[in-house]
Order: sequence, then C-alpha cells, then structure tokens
Amino acid sequence: MEISGIIMMFIGAVLLALPLGRYIGKIYSGDRTWADRLFNPLDKAIFKFSGIDPSREMSWKQHLAALLTINLLWFFFSMFVLMNMSWLPLNPDANPSMSADLAFNTTVSFVSNTNLQHYSGETGVSYLGQLVLMLFQFISAGIGMAACAVVFLAMREGTTGKLGNFYHFFVKSCTRVLLPLSIAVAVILLVNGTPMTFKGKDQFVSLQGDTVHVSRGPAAAMVAIKQLGTNGGGFFGVNSAHPLENPNYVTNIVENIAIILIPIAMIFALGYILKRKRFAWMVFGVMTVGFLLLLIPSIYQESAGNPAIARMGISQPMGSMEGKEVRFGSVASAFWAITTTATSNGSVNAMHDSLTPLTGMFAMLGMMINAIYGGVGVGFLNFYIFIIIAVFISGLMVGRTPEFLGKKVEAGEMKIAAMIALLHPLLILAGTALSSYLYAHNPEVYASWLNNPGSHGFSEMLYEYTSSSANNGSGFEGLGDNTPFWNISCGIVMLLSRYLPIIGPIAIAGMLSAKKYVPESAGTLKTDTATFGIMVFAVIVIIAALSFFPALSLGPIAEYFGMK
Amino acid sequence: MKQHIIPAIRLTIACILLFMVAYPTLIFLIAKAAPAGGEGQTVVANGRTAGYLLEGQSFTWDRYFQGRPSAAGYNAAGSSGSNKGPSNPDYLKMVRDRIDSFVVHNPTVQKGEIPSDLVTASGSGLDPDISLKSAIVQVSRIADVRKLPREQVMLLVQRSVEKSINGIEKINVLTINIALDQLSKEK
Repeated sequence: MEISGIIMMFIGAVLLALPLGRYIGKIYSGDRTWADRLFNPLDKAIFKFSGIDPSREMSWKQHLAALLTINLLWFFFSMFVLMNMSWLPLNPDANPSMSADLAFNTTVSFVSNTNLQHYSGETGVSYLGQLVLMLFQFISAGIGMAACAVVFLAMREGTTGKLGNFYHFFVKSCTRVLLPLSIAVAVILLVNGTPMTFKGKDQFVSLQGDTVHVSRGPAAAMVAIKQLGTNGGGFFGVNSAHPLENPNYVTNIVENIAIILIPIAMIFALGYILKRKRFAWMVFGVMTVGFLLLLIPSIYQESAGNPAIARMGISQPMGSMEGKEVRFGSVASAFWAITTTATSNGSVNAMHDSLTPLTGMFAMLGMMINAIYGGVGVGFLNFYIFIIIAVFISGLMVGRTPEFLGKKVEAGEMKIAAMIALLHPLLILAGTALSSYLYAHNPEVYASWLNNPGSHGFSEMLYEYTSSSANNGSGFEGLGDNTPFWNISCGIVMLLSRYLPIIGPIAIAGMLSAKKYVPESAGTLKTDTATFGIMVFAVIVIIAALSFFPALSLGPIAEYFGMK
Repeated sequence: MKQHIIPAIRLTIACILLFMVAYPTLIFLIAKAAPAGGEGQTVVANGRTAGYLLEGQSFTWDRYFQGRPSAAGYNAAGSSGSNKGPSNPDYLKMVRDRIDSFVVHNPTVQKGEIPSDLVTASGSGLDPDISLKSAIVQVSRIADVRKLPREQVMLLVQRSVEKSINGIEKINVLTINIALDQLSKEK
C-alpha cells in the first residue's frame, strides 16, 4: 500500500513530464505554443522595460558574460536585504538581521540554487527576507534552465556559433514554466491548509494550559517554487516535515512530484529540440536505472527499522520513525530523501541525520553523482560532462577520433570535461578533510559542531560539503553549522560548484558547435543505443563510486557494520 | 561585461515586480478563499481556541492521549527534529528511558506492543498525529484514569481513525483529546 503510493508519484511525474518537456522544447526552439497569447504580452513588457532585444543572437561567451553579470548583481542585492532586514518592512516577529558570514552563506546558497540554510526560517529571517529568497528561487532556477537551453541549442545540427539570446531563455523559463506551475502548486497547498498571511505569530493556550506561540507567514507561495525549481529552501526550519509546509499525504504527493517534474521534463525537451527522441530515452533510461539503484535499498532500510531499537524489544510496524512524520511514513520519506538528493532539490520531509546509515549513504551518493535527473537545467549539464567523457573513452577503445552528434571531441573539450568532473570530488573531499582535521585536533574547541559521536559525526561533515558542492541544500542538520568556518567554507564551495559546472559545459558545447559537421558513417559511435547508455553509466560509477568510496566507508558504511 | 550591466539591473527590477510582488500578492488573494483565509486552521473547544488543527501540542498528563516525543518541545515557533543518528548511544538511552517510562504509566501494556512512533521524536517536533496502534496501547490507561469503560474509549479511537491514501492509519491527537474531554463531561 505504501509502495503503491510512491509508484504512483513516479509514474505521475513521468506522465506530466512528457507533455511539459515538449512544451519546454517548443519554447526554446522558438516554436509556437498554446500559451503564447497569454505570455507574449507579459514577456514583451519585461523586455521593453529592461531595454533588451530578445532576438539578438549571442555566442557562448556572450551568454556566459550575461549570466555572470546578472548573478553578481543579485549577490549584492541579497547581501543588502539579509543584513538589514531587522529595520526593513514586513518584519512582524522582529527577527534580527544576519551576520556578515551568515548573509554571505545564505546569499550564495540562494543565488546558486542550493538553498543550504544555516538559519531557521521561523527566527532567522523576516517576511521580506523570505520574499527575497523566494525571488531567487525563481530566478536561480531560470538561470539553470537558460544555461541548459544554450547547450541544447549548441548540440543541434547545423548551429554554428549563434546560440540564441540568453535573456530570452531566462525570462521565458521563469514566466512560462516556473510561474504557472508555482501558481498551481501553491493553490493546492492553500486548499490543504498551508498558510499565506503577512500576520505575525499567533498565540493560544493549549488543553493542558500552556501558552503556545505559532509561527505563520507567506509560506504557500514559497513552498511551491522551492519544490519546483530544485531549490529546497523551506519557509519553516524543518522544511516539508513541518505540518504547515506539508499538511498531508496529498500535498506530499504534489510536492514530491514537483521535485522531479522539471528535471525529467528537461530530458524530453532535449529530445524535442534535437529531434532525437531515442537519445532522450537513452538519457532517461540511464538516469532511471541509477535512481532505482539508490531508491530500492533505501526503502528497504527505512522500512526495516533501526536494529538498535529492535533490540529493545518494542515493535517497529512503521519502520524507522526517528525524524519522520506519521502522516508520511517510512516509505514515502525514503522516496523523498532519494528524489531530493538525486535532483539537487534539498527539501526534506524527514530529518536526514536520523536516517538509517545506508539510506544516508544513498542520499549522499545521489548528490555525489548529481546527474540523476539533477537540478533544473544543471542536472543535464552534469550529465553532459559524463557523456563527453564516455564518448572520449569509447573513441579510444575503438581507436577512432571520438565524435559526438557529428562533431569531433578533441583535447580542448576533454580538458574542460575532466576538470569539471574532478572538481566535485575535490571540493567535497578537501572540505571534509579540512574540517575533520580541525575537529580531530581540537575536539573541545569544536565540540559544538557535531551532534553525534563516531562515524556518524564524520558523516555529518561529509554530508554538508557534499550537499554544498552538489548545490543541494539538504543537511545532516545536527551539524552546528552557523559558525564563520562553516558559513564561509560552504559558501566558497557552493560558489565554485555552481558556476564552474555551468561555464564548462557551455564552453564545450559552444566550441563543438563552431566545428565542422562530420556526416555520420558506418564507423560513427551511436549515442542513442543501450550499449552507449551502459558506457555512460560505467563512467558515472567509476567517477562517483571510486572517488567517494573511501570517505563513505569511514562514515555510513562503518556505522552500518558497527550497528550489526 | 559592461554592456550587460544596465539590462541586468532593469531585468532584476522587472523580476522583483513580477515574482516578489505580483506573484505573492496573487497567492495571498487566492488564500482569502482557502480554509481560515490562509491564516492557519484553528480548533475551538469550550468556546476558545485550543490549538492549530495541523500542529501537534504537548500532552503529558495521563488523562490525555500523548503525542510523539518532540525535540522542539512542541514549540510551534521553532520547529526542529532531534537530528540524532541511529547509532548514537545517548540517543538510544533516551529511547530506552521513554520505553521504561511508558511501561510505568501503562502497566497493562507489554513492551512488544509499544509501536516505535510513540518513543521516537518526529521530524518537525510538531507531528499532530500518532499511529492507530499508538492510540490503542494508551486506551486502558486513559479509561482507568478517567473512569470510563474501556470499550467507550476504544470506540472513540475507532471513530477518530483517519486512513490516508498511503494506507497509514493515524489519529490526530488534539482532536481526539478534545473529544475525550467531551466524553468525560457527558458522563
């Protein structure tokens, strides 16, 4: 019964993603859609106000310049609001401004689509702060989708250097995809009881006579976009485990489908744009196999319960319930945990710190791979790197110059691909090594960091850097992370891991698109076959599993065997 | 880069107007038609607000059904999970203490009948529900304390079960406790 609920969620997401992907594909290709009459006037007004000519074609370098400039601007805007919100309007609960290091972390976190939160929503931000963060949930997702659109167009046959207009992709991603979907999800949440008010805390006296304060706020609007844009930054501290943020199983279905909807739809958009449906299904197939390999053991582990509690002689009919909510149960919580980490969303409906050891590991693996559906737009960019590497290795194996979609892959592209592929393990492992070193040499000074002893404490640090580098934003929240060390080091990791993996694939795709087209021949590597799918999968396993296996064996694997 | 600054500033202002002002205003207006006008549904008992329907509150007295342990102390202005790892010895001791304390307060219950959701902290610290099994193991205690027939309390439990589409049978603790007070009053 609980299993059928998650099968329904997955199939529901794929069935919705098929038409949505087609729709997104039409938008980026410039084809007409049914929504044009509604959105053309809106987009036109935005472009006119901004003084932008959306028909001006850009090269890949101009795309990157536009992308980075606007992101830099957002950085300053967010820093200003977060450090001054105590006196700015819309602050009924009189919450304080952020310290500089926390504001830096939060700004980078939201501009980079990570939504790692070293504050708690009820006490750490004003309603104005929440609205600004919500703005970033829209536009950072729009940036990811626009970057992906550039790569899609560059991969198209016959494009030579001219890759559309950046602002055009960005604005249309926001207005035509994210906005209407957010309105739909927000309305469903409202009907089920999620608040949307600008009034401050309420107060009542409980049945036992305690006075209780209740945080409220404009939550419904934010929850919708944080789920859809693979953002994940919750309105309340405990994210979608909070009963106002995720009131019942119906909202859980809607929010969980929203996590994977656009990432899956982007794959089908690719198929539409390239007119290569088989290639899109190959990508979808590889990702789905990886997804199921993470999901199935996690569901098994959570349903089986905590062996240490089983030894106390009580029953665990609902599985491991520490950190979980009764209305969701173990199976739906495990499904959420894997979808949110595979896609770089990072919202949670159960506390990941309390997951059983191997589920915690599979959640980390999802982020270490970071290309199973992945973040909106950027998930495919990461997968693109794996494709390029797989093409290159396959080329070496058969002794031909590697080609991808009719373009020769040469040293320049390979250097970029290799650097981007290695950046992710470098940031995660170097960060974890540094923090472990500090902790191991001064356990008294840093005692407040870890909420759990032993290998689980190590996992808390490993998870934090993995989540930062994957631009995910979930956490083993026992980590005492609102300190200058964590705020700044995670902030730097998020910055590097957001922009370099956007710059790399756009550069590769841009360079490839400018090359001469080599017509397919009998010796051309077919990239839309199961064989090539297995090849890509093998590259992913080698890069992710082998780089991270030593660290994982010190954390979750050691904990698992320690509990046996 | 220079040529991109002015369009970037203007485009950002347009985005602020659309996503930070127009979108939340629209949702705010739609909320007026939603339950409780989007301000959170409250539960009224004895003519006063006794709590929020969706948010659990602390029940420690033996005469009430008790909810799940809360790392936040049921502070609805500071949600939090325990974030304890499954192997943490301090945490496991805490669970053992909860089990022992439950057995003391419910002498008729065997250890093996206690469902784990009653001795493990929820994710939010505000879980409004307990599983049906967790309600059933508390029936004898409540019936004894309130001097009500056990069948009557059991009947109340059966009537309060909400079965959601994922098959989980759960009980809203606040709602059933209000009904329980009503039952005692009618006696």
